[in-house]
Amino acid sequence: MNAPMEGYNFAYLDEATKRMLRRTILKAVAVPGHQIPFGAREMPLPYGWGTGGIQVTAAILGPADTLKVIDQGADDTTNAISIRRFFTRVAGVATTERTEDATIIQTRHRIPEAPLREDQVLVYQVPQPEPLSKLEPRRAETKRLHALADYGLMHVRLYEDIARLGHIAKAYDYPVMVNGRYLMSPSPIPAFDNPKMHRMAALQLFGAGREKRIYAIPPYTEVRSLDFEDHPFRPIRAPQACALCGSRESYLDEVITDDRGGRVFVCSDTDYCGTRVAARKGAA
Amino acid sequence: MSMLTPGFADPVLDAQAAFRAVLDAMSRPGRLQNAGRGLTPPAPLAPAAAAVLLSLADAATPLWHDAGAEADGWLRFHAGAPVASAPQDAAFLLATGAPPAIAMLDAGIEEEPERGATLLIQVEALEEGNGLRLTGPGIEHEHRLLVRGLPEGFVAAWAANRALFPRGVDVILCAGDRLAALPRTVAIAEG
Repeated sequence: MNAPMEGYNFAYLDEATKRMLRRTILKAVAVPGHQIPFGAREMPLPYGWGTGGIQVTAAILGPADTLKVIDQGADDTTNAISIRRFFTRVAGVATTERTEDATIIQTRHRIPEAPLREDQVLVYQVPQPEPLSKLEPRRAETKRLHALADYGLMHVRLYEDIARLGHIAKAYDYPVMVNGRYLMSPSPIPAFDNPKMHRMAALQLFGAGREKRIYAIPPYTEVRSLDFEDHPFRPIRAPQACALCGSRESYLDEVITDDRGGRVFVCSDTDYCGTRVAARKGAA
Repeated sequence: MSMLTPGFADPVLDAQAAFRAVLDAMSRPGRLQNAGRGLTPPAPLAPAAAAVLLSLADAATPLWHDAGAEADGWLRFHAGAPVASAPQDAAFLLATGAPPAIAMLDAGIEEEPERGATLLIQVEALEEGNGLRLTGPGIEHEHRLLVRGLPEGFVAAWAANRALFPRGVDVILCAGDRLAALPRTVAIAEG
């Protein structure tokens, strides 16, 4: 453990704020998929950089934890590195890039490829927690729709896609039903990742800083992507193999390599890809 | 008047550890967690219940309890929670004896079910492996929880509480330095 920075409380937030966050998180676990408002604090980085996820992480983090942070699956992007560095400085916790070594994984827009365990917590950074926001902009109204479990608007939205395009054209932030009761935004993860949320062994927590909402999915909880009997949900993946590790199962990013149209597909999960490449080198 | 015993030795890290125990308990209903080891609250307040309240209750959460004057002084000093005059006004409740009827407590409203109260019940003993059969979110197949000293009529009252979902009261059972949680989603069947 590194010595945390002087002059800051452990994990940056004051204790009263942590208690407020902790009470909110516990109620979020008790009512799976329900968004709970909380007093989001100003953090030393702008909204949109994961302030919701950071506050959730700060509320649960302890000195024994090992933190991993990914941004679109990658450990080595600016956002992921600065959040890891932030918690190293204000909490002195150990960080890792390896999914299996982490106890808390904060993520922006991906779920790691490796299955998560019971002793891990996945913290999502959420830009827009309200799945109905584009269909009904009034908060007071969406709150009522959730209370009534009236999700017809979303079904119509998905049906309109089928009527116009022949399929549901939502590749990310694909809405899910949690425990058969609440419609929930999975955050902008690719629809490919949705099935991983279903009965996941790890606890999943969601924090939206700008929108000031926290919600959660307890372990082993039913999470169904919305669909229709004749148009079942299908996770989408580029049909290629990863150019680095050869995986045909993982979610791929398309990377432009030059200005003449050259491109490759590589794993979005850098730890998964790196582990496979290292194993192949070891075997060779 | 007796001397006030100390609260958490390290208010920051001990509160975090107690919260994580409650979070684990709430995420996996019926699994036992440890909290409050080393705390010496005045009787009848036991370490686990004391640790939960120290880590979660404060000026924003009205607290109701039946633990008597000495425990009241301890909780007021260390947690600073205002005392609720009636159980239905409380965000946190601690029952060391017969708890108030769950149906009487604040269960939140349909639009804001998170306002439902958290009821801590101190029981004689908690053990895993047999006893009540728990199913629901957080439980892969089934968790068994043996509760000695469970209030009479609790299982029936719980079924009524669960039927209110998403409204409802969440319960944390405490015994010594052990605790187990029953979020409002969990279904309880007697062994």
